[in-house]
Amino acid sequence: MNDGSEKQSGLSVLDRPNSYIGKTVPRPNLDRLMQGRGQYVSDMVLPRMAHVVFLRSPYAHAKILSIDAAVAKTMPGVIAVVTGAELAKVITPWVGVLSHLKGLKSAPQHAIAIDRACWQGEAVAAIIATSRALAEDAAEALSVDYEELVPVTDMRTALDPDTPVIHSTLGDNLAFERNLDAGAVDQAFKDSDEVVEAEFVFGRHTGVTLEPRAVLADWNSGEDRLTVYLGTQAPHMVQNIAALHLGLDEAQVRVVCKDVGGSFGIKVHIYADEMATLALSKLLRRPIKFVADRVESFNTDIHARDHFCKARIGVSKDGTINAFEIDDVTGIGPYSMYPRTSAIEANQVVNLVGGPYTTQNYRARTRVVFQNKNVTCQYRGVGHPIACSITEGLVDLAAQRIGMDPIEIRRRNLIRDDAYPCGSPSGLKFEALSHHASLDKLVAMMNYDALRAEQADLRKQGIYRGIGIASFIEVTNPSAAFYGVGGARISSQDGVAVRLDATGRVICQTSITEQGQGSESLTAQIVGSVLGVSMERVRVILGDTDNTPYGGGTWASRGAGIGGEAALQAAKVLRKNILDVAAAILQAKPGDLDIVNNAVVDADGGQQRIELHELARIVYFRPDTLPPGFQPELMATRHFVPREYPFAFTNGVQASWLEVDTQSGFIKLLKHWVVEDCGTIINPQLVDEQIRGGVVQGLGAALYEHCIYDERGQLTNANMADYLVPMAGEMPDIDVGHIVSPTLDGELGAKGAGEAGTAAAAAVVTNAVNDALAPFNVAVTEIPLTPKIILTALGRI
Amino acid sequence: MTDLVPISLTVNGERVSAQVLPRLNLADFLREQLGLTGTHVGCEHGVCGACTVRVNGDTVRACLLLAVQAENASVQTIEGLSDSGEVSDLQAAFRARNALQCGYCTPGMLMAAQDILIHEPQADREQIREHLSGNYCRCTGYHAIVDAVQATARARSEQTR
Repeated sequence: MNDGSEKQSGLSVLDRPNSYIGKTVPRPNLDRLMQGRGQYVSDMVLPRMAHVVFLRSPYAHAKILSIDAAVAKTMPGVIAVVTGAELAKVITPWVGVLSHLKGLKSAPQHAIAIDRACWQGEAVAAIIATSRALAEDAAEALSVDYEELVPVTDMRTALDPDTPVIHSTLGDNLAFERNLDAGAVDQAFKDSDEVVEAEFVFGRHTGVTLEPRAVLADWNSGEDRLTVYLGTQAPHMVQNIAALHLGLDEAQVRVVCKDVGGSFGIKVHIYADEMATLALSKLLRRPIKFVADRVESFNTDIHARDHFCKARIGVSKDGTINAFEIDDVTGIGPYSMYPRTSAIEANQVVNLVGGPYTTQNYRARTRVVFQNKNVTCQYRGVGHPIACSITEGLVDLAAQRIGMDPIEIRRRNLIRDDAYPCGSPSGLKFEALSHHASLDKLVAMMNYDALRAEQADLRKQGIYRGIGIASFIEVTNPSAAFYGVGGARISSQDGVAVRLDATGRVICQTSITEQGQGSESLTAQIVGSVLGVSMERVRVILGDTDNTPYGGGTWASRGAGIGGEAALQAAKVLRKNILDVAAAILQAKPGDLDIVNNAVVDADGGQQRIELHELARIVYFRPDTLPPGFQPELMATRHFVPREYPFAFTNGVQASWLEVDTQSGFIKLLKHWVVEDCGTIINPQLVDEQIRGGVVQGLGAALYEHCIYDERGQLTNANMADYLVPMAGEMPDIDVGHIVSPTLDGELGAKGAGEAGTAAAAAVVTNAVNDALAPFNVAVTEIPLTPKIILTALGRI
Repeated sequence: MTDLVPISLTVNGERVSAQVLPRLNLADFLREQLGLTGTHVGCEHGVCGACTVRVNGDTVRACLLLAVQAENASVQTIEGLSDSGEVSDLQAAFRARNALQCGYCTPGMLMAAQDILIHEPQADREQIREHLSGNYCRCTGYHAIVDAVQATARARSEQTR
């Protein structure tokens, strides 16, 4: 596919002179954010804008008998009070199912509850006023009569015959079940010298984006058009869903995504209260803004995890792992989230358990049940931390049982680096992974043997330190296999349009979005490298359905691999077009020319022939001087989706070094290491910071973060003082190393890195805690690892 | 309804007079009445640090202070610190180290970092981590932020030598 000049030089488009690929360069959009000049949705103001506040159910499950808004409507600044039934006239309900998740069921969900509230925090009425404060005042004057219903709160008993069924039309509380039985599991366990069983508990936690969810909806009845300003990872998905349920054509909906104060999957969804805000704008014919406060964020941002899993591993004395088996249950709230559904995480757990290892004997069951708590859905790492903690927890317990070092048992069972392509018993296809090279690098980085010696010395002094190791695989670059095949209009392809403007600068429109990962930077790096244009001359436009190609956005570690490849291909076409123009102007052959440092040069010798701004001047202002019949095209668009593999799997391994205070139960993290393989690295610094940020998110889940519900379905810690998040003081330094196995499914070779950090962080901490506590012969398999759990395991409380 | 209260203060060196409700907090006043949206609101109860500003030289949470309490005060926000150039070296270090991703915590983080750089210029890594522990960042994992603050501390101490 390379053009003539590349054949001559022997260089690919990625390693041309002055390439930015593989280089750390600062992101172009940082100064704005550092000066407080970013524009987040929560900052935005429009003429005639009003604010909506939602009155939310104080009960986990209750009939709404009546709503008396008479007083509230007379309060200062109040524009309207709207109930679920009233809003249903402009917006239709939805059901969060996907056809490829066989048997997945859910009940119709309304933007605002009608007749019944199914979790504490579900909106039951909207109050619209000239300011948020006045709307909150009026909300207090709104009177709702409820009849409390019995809530279903314990997922482990949700399917019991005497547990009430939340949605009677569905027949039971089972949303989804998947069973898998691969290889000869019973025989493998029978042949094992040891079978180790454990029960793993994963607490509910949530994303806690620092900017809460915020939406500003502007229905312009003069244009019959809705503009939605939303901090979202998937603008075109939102456009589709908004149009569908508001009875609009997609062309009547524009979604604009400016700066986003953290997303992590929290903002890849469209929420009932956001949909209600859109509908209210249409109903009231003016811009309506909704910004969740922190309590609302905890009660309504999707939660994640909340799994209970019985699991076992069969192992031979020589360390051979013979089989894995899991029986998993998860509680997802009263509805499957729309449109991505709440069965994906459980499905991923089944897919991923045992993934790094060679054994083909694997049995799994997962059951996804309804309960009267906030909904769960896809949050950074979807399923990975659960699958990794189960797998790697079992591997360590097995190693301990047979008296083998945790590194050694992994070396004996990880899929060989030369065994690819190959597959997993759950049907995953692996193109090229590097488990052994990664583990070797990790062992060297952390100086494993020295650390073991230090651990042994300290133990003699009554200091209990532990080492935890966990290998993992990560799903990245998803094709249509995630959502498209299930009927959801969530694009798996992305598009990039690149053009040379009249001053020789480059404007690039991409369908991937930016929430701080560096989408803008990686796009500019790729385009600049391929075109031979310096990066500061490349401007990237994203996050606007009116002004970018159609595409999926930024989620599931897909931006670099999919959006980056589209940028590469579009830039290649533009480069060829530029060289065609240059050849016409210079009466040369395109293949004899190259573009370097913003100028067309001789491919041979590098002598400058014409600067790009001069070429652009001729094209745009003196096309009369070009040869007759020659039409320059200084804009090119390309789209991309991986076709060879449904997902580009990556791999890696993490390690934790920590100390457990056996008196207080506190855990001090001392050091953390990661080696991961995301294929071609576009910007090493951006990759490393994705990894580090992901690790700390996983460490939060491991140690602190927990949405604690009581038996009545009340979230008891819905604020940042009681829901603990990782802060700078408790977090360790994190060393990151890489192995590079590019994907051949595309020319760029990049795979994702967004979730690698989160995938194994909790697993390594749990394994390290158990390693530290080995002298006490206890095993902990529940997160968050609170002091109470540690002290209970030690028998101290 | 409660009456508006007149207040006068200095914000980023400019004299400001306004009428505010007694219940209005300083963060909302800065954002909504003055359009200084660089001061962010994250938790509204003093835990996350996104609204960190400087009042009469002290680093404070703008969500925990009422606007009326800022009567006659001198308030500095990230916009002021940026325009004066006071934190330009710190911002350059953040840029070089990619010590921000979504950027929502960054104004408050820069405020808190400048505070330790002024008051404990010799702070080591652990002290920097401790000082920044009132500012929540969900994106970076803190490592890069600590690097950037430490690099700035070193550069400033070399300059003053």
